[in-house]
This record gives sequence, structure tokens and C-alpha cells, in this order.
Amino acid sequence: MKIVVPIKQVPEVSEVRMNEETGTLIRDGVPSIMNPFDELAVEAAIQLKEAHGGEVTIITMGPPQAKDVLLKALAMGGDRAVHLTDVAFAGADTWATAFTLSEYIRKMDFDLVICGKQAIDGDTAQVGPELAELLGVPQICYVRKIEISEDEKHITAHRETDEGYEVVKAKLPALLTATKGLNEPRLPNIMGIMKAKQKPFEEVNAETLGTELQLLGLDGSPTVVRKVYPPEKKKGGIIVDGEDTAAAVKQLVEFLTKKGAI
Amino acid sequence: MKFQYDRDTCNGCMLCPSVCNFGAIEKDGDKVKFDMNKCVYCGSCEEICPVDAIHIERRTFDKSKLLEYHNVWVFCETNQGRLRSVALELATEGRALADALGEKLVAVIIGHEIEHHADTLIHQGADKVIIVDDKMFADYTTDAYTIAMTSLIAPRKPSIVLFGATGNGRDLAPRVAARMGVGCTADCTGLEIDDERQLVQTRPAFGGNVIAEIITPARRPQISTVRPNVFKPSEPDTSRTGEVEKVDIKISPVQVRTRVLEKVSEVVEGMKSVEEADIIVCSGRGIKDPANLALPKQLADLLDAAVGGSRPIVDLGWLPPTQQVGQSGRTVCPKLYFALGISGQIQHLAGMSSSDLIVAINKDPEAPIFSSSDFGIVGDIFTILPELISEIKKVLDAR
Repeated sequence: MKIVVPIKQVPEVSEVRMNEETGTLIRDGVPSIMNPFDELAVEAAIQLKEAHGGEVTIITMGPPQAKDVLLKALAMGGDRAVHLTDVAFAGADTWATAFTLSEYIRKMDFDLVICGKQAIDGDTAQVGPELAELLGVPQICYVRKIEISEDEKHITAHRETDEGYEVVKAKLPALLTATKGLNEPRLPNIMGIMKAKQKPFEEVNAETLGTELQLLGLDGSPTVVRKVYPPEKKKGGIIVDGEDTAAAVKQLVEFLTKKGAI
Repeated sequence: MKFQYDRDTCNGCMLCPSVCNFGAIEKDGDKVKFDMNKCVYCGSCEEICPVDAIHIERRTFDKSKLLEYHNVWVFCETNQGRLRSVALELATEGRALADALGEKLVAVIIGHEIEHHADTLIHQGADKVIIVDDKMFADYTTDAYTIAMTSLIAPRKPSIVLFGATGNGRDLAPRVAARMGVGCTADCTGLEIDDERQLVQTRPAFGGNVIAEIITPARRPQISTVRPNVFKPSEPDTSRTGEVEKVDIKISPVQVRTRVLEKVSEVVEGMKSVEEADIIVCSGRGIKDPANLALPKQLADLLDAAVGGSRPIVDLGWLPPTQQVGQSGRTVCPKLYFALGISGQIQHLAGMSSSDLIVAINKDPEAPIFSSSDFGIVGDIFTILPELISEIKKVLDAR
């Protein structure tokens, strides 16, 4: 099976702190990691390759330093990496990101594209469906379990829903997005890390991609971020010591009654 | 060149690095320098610069075409024939947007045997309800619903289309948007119309650490998904009347490339959905043992609330995945949220920080949950909860 896994380098959001004075994010010293949902996608692709043979291509769009997550995915067991990197790609919204990825992937021969459900910085979960549409393949989003038919022409997946899950079957090629529960991503071992550096690694810029510049990055984005600001701080949050249980609870119940919450 | 920085004009005031959320601006001698690999072109620096040394060149568009688009649409999702509660919230918010624009609110229902919901949506504010009813739409499939939505939108040209940010809404909206070559903004928590009659879409990012305002300057319709429970449904007005249009959309099975073989409910009998509840009682690691969940359950039953769990206790299997609140679980926005023995990691906060009122009980006074809560008690949940339950009981009994 030929599998493509688009991944993203993201800041470790749990370590991002706010600068209380300016209300902006402090990014210094915040490590960049592979988006955790994308690790599930990489692991799923490697497991499918181990079971059915084939090739796993890892692709990312991002600045030069995003190379690190491609190398990690190769160390986990990906076969080749593609790095779409160019200042022209910067400022892309989800559509322009999906479009740029699709410009490369559509020229490939693939059976399956596996994305992470969403990136933990933007949390949109939109690039997967948008990419599926641009590639003209069906999508199964929020997948917890994957089975490939014996003839390797169909896929059956457990898709998480608001009430539980549904079992969905599709003909390949298709695109899946991976969610928690699909697998436990492996850690790259020393052998993997050493081998990663020998694996095919392709860098692609806007020119080699051969796409009109006005369809890329900020220019190609239908949506525009007009403003970014810190959320309203919860002010006057009351904190009481629970040592005197009765008093603390009394105060809480009065608070809830006053707010009309109970 | 999309980004211009005029170093000569720059007065070195150092305001711009302080407003950059992306670490893209650094001091460089007495001026600044920009790392374009980090810049997302949000324009914060351009806005704050007192001497106009920073200019982001944005594409200009022929906006005359935009005038062809009118009316606000809301996609009203059904589940097993029942309207999801987010549909009523969307109709309420859509009504406000339509009023701001002086346009009509159109509710769209797709499904099978769902006609009877038309009145409910008219009472909720819709001027018109479009109904697409066929057995091909009985189960949600991306393909069938995308075909239905795009074939409704294309000739009718709405200027705004809102979807609920449910599992299916988040699957459908970007697919519809991509097919129409327009943008889509996920998980909005605020919507308004600006002076240029554009939809301003507000959404949290970076685990709720920043709020972004997003517009769609040049393409229509403007498509967003809206978080359930953010907008509260208005009181239905049963005297309202409206138009109902039934649209026949025929879909052949070959156009639907996925097939739902089975639907499995993980909803535990009697366990309320965290996404639809007004009150959530959520427990974390501090609950220590699954048997102890009886205590939060008792509080939840008293308040007709949903029982939720943080990732660690759901991973341990103490509660089903449907009840998990947080980034890898459900995003919730209830009127009242109890965080019991939850430390408040950012992944958890991302899923609940927009709740109206947050009450935290935790032994650790340093727990980050306290800085996000409206009322916090530093103490042991096992001594505080029983007392709280009995006090609330007294209040409710006295009513």
C-alpha cells in the first residue's frame, strides 16, 4: 500500500505561557514537537505497511526547522520525506495549507492518506477534510480503528461520533484522520534515528511545486486573521481555604445561588 | 513582497515585539528584525506601530461579486430524527446576525422524516426552512450531505452558512467549503457583523491561550462551525410564521463513497451528554478510585448535570470516552462547570475554559485550574463534596 502522512510541527502547547504584562504568548524555550495526533497517523501508516507492505511518505509544509519532525517520522519507520518549505507558503489558512499539500500529493500514486485529527495549536480539524476534497477522495474523520480488506481495495474504520462510534467502509483511495485510541505511537530507536538520515528526503519550494503564487500562503487564504489577543482574564476569581469545610461550602452555595447557577 | 518593514522609519519603540504572539520579532540593535518563518501575518505589529513602519500588503479583491450573496443560513443537524440542541442555538445566533444585516434567516434540515422540525425552527427565528428529505440522508455521510449542501448553496447564494461544531459538523463544513473554494473557520465562540457587513468570527487557539478574530474578505459564503452551548437558545416564539421549501435532491448510491455499516452507542444509559448539558460535574485524577465516582454522580443527579472526566480517568476506563472533556475529548461550554480534583493542564482547559462559571475543588493550592476558575476551594474533595451535596439539597428543597 502506498500511504501518505501529512504532519505538522507545533509548539508544545502545554508549555506555552502568557506574558502577564503584554498579554502575549511566551514562546522562548517552548519545544517544537510533532503534533501528537499526527504521531498516531504516522504509527498507523507504519503498522499498515508492516502488515501489507508498501511505502510510507511523510510530508509537511513548514519553515526549515520543521525538518525535525520529518526526521522523527522517518526514524519511527517512514520511508521517505517531503518538505514543502518556502516563505511563499507562510500565512496559509487551512484551505491554503490543504491546497499546497494537495498540489504535491495529487501527483503521487497513493492508496491512503492518514492525517491527525487536528493540530494542537490551531485545533481546527479542517485540513483533513479540505485535503480529501481537493484530492477528490472520500474521508473518514476521527478514526480509532482501521481494517484493510483482504484484496487491499477497501478500508473499514471505526469513526468516533458524538454518541460513540460508527463502522464505516470506503473504497480506496481514501483519507482518514486519526484520533486518540487508534494506537500507541512508538518511540524511534537509535537504529531508526541513524537510518532516518539515509532515507530519501525531498525539499520542495513554490517554484518546484509549480503552483501559482497567488494560490499559496497568505495570498491564497480565503480567511484572514485580523487580530490576535489574549482571552479575557477571569477577574475576581474567589479562592477559599477548605480547611473550614462548612464555611467554604456555605460561601460556594451562596455564590452559586447569587449567580443563578443552581 | 507581502511584508514590508521600513527600518529607517522605525523609531525603535519596541512595541511590536511585545504584541507578537508568535515570537517572530526580535530586538536588533536599536531597531527590530523579523523572522518570517514564524510570522503568520496576523497584523498585530502593523496595528500597534506608531510610525507606520510595518506594512502587510494584502491582496485586494473585486468585492462587487460579494453583493450577490444574501441571507444567513444555519445547518440544523439531526441525530436519529431528533434535532440536535446546537440547531436551536444556531437559529438564535443566526437570527441576530440576519437582523444586523437586515436579511433573512434560513434554516436547512437534511435527513429522513424530519419535516416536523420546520415549525420548531421557525419559532426559533427562521424566516424560511429548507427541507431535504430522502432515505439517502437517513445516516450522515460526508458525500451525500456535501452534495446536498453545495447544491442548495450554489444557486441560492447565502452570504453566511453556520454549522454546529459537532463531530459531523466539523466533518461536513470544511468539505463543503473546500468544494466551493471558500474559507471555513472552525469552532467559533463569537460571531458579529462589522461595519463592512463582514462576518467577524472569533475563536480560541493555542489551547485557549489566545483569541483570534478571523474574517473572509473576498469569498462568499462565509462558512463557520460554531461551538455547541456557546450561544443560548432564545425562548421560542410560537406566533412566528415562515416559509417552508422542500427541495428534492436525488443522490445515487455510487455518489456516496462511504457506507455506514453499524452505529455503536457508547452512551451509558442515564448518563447525560457533556456536550449538551447545562451543568457538568467533571472529575480528575484526584478522585483516586472508580468507586469514588459515586460522589460526583450524586452531585450531578441533584443538579440534573452531566458527569465528565479528564483524560487520565477516561484512559483508565473509569468513564466512557463520550464523557471526556478536553482537547482529546469533548469541548464543552456549560453554564456551570465543576472541576473536581482536576489540576487544569492546558489540554483540559482547552476543552472547558469557555464555560460560564467554573468551580474548582483541589487539594493543591498551586493547581493551574484555580487561575481559570470563578470560585475555587483549596481542600479535599472527599470532605467538601458530601457537605456541598447536602447544602445544595437544602437550597433546592427550600424552593
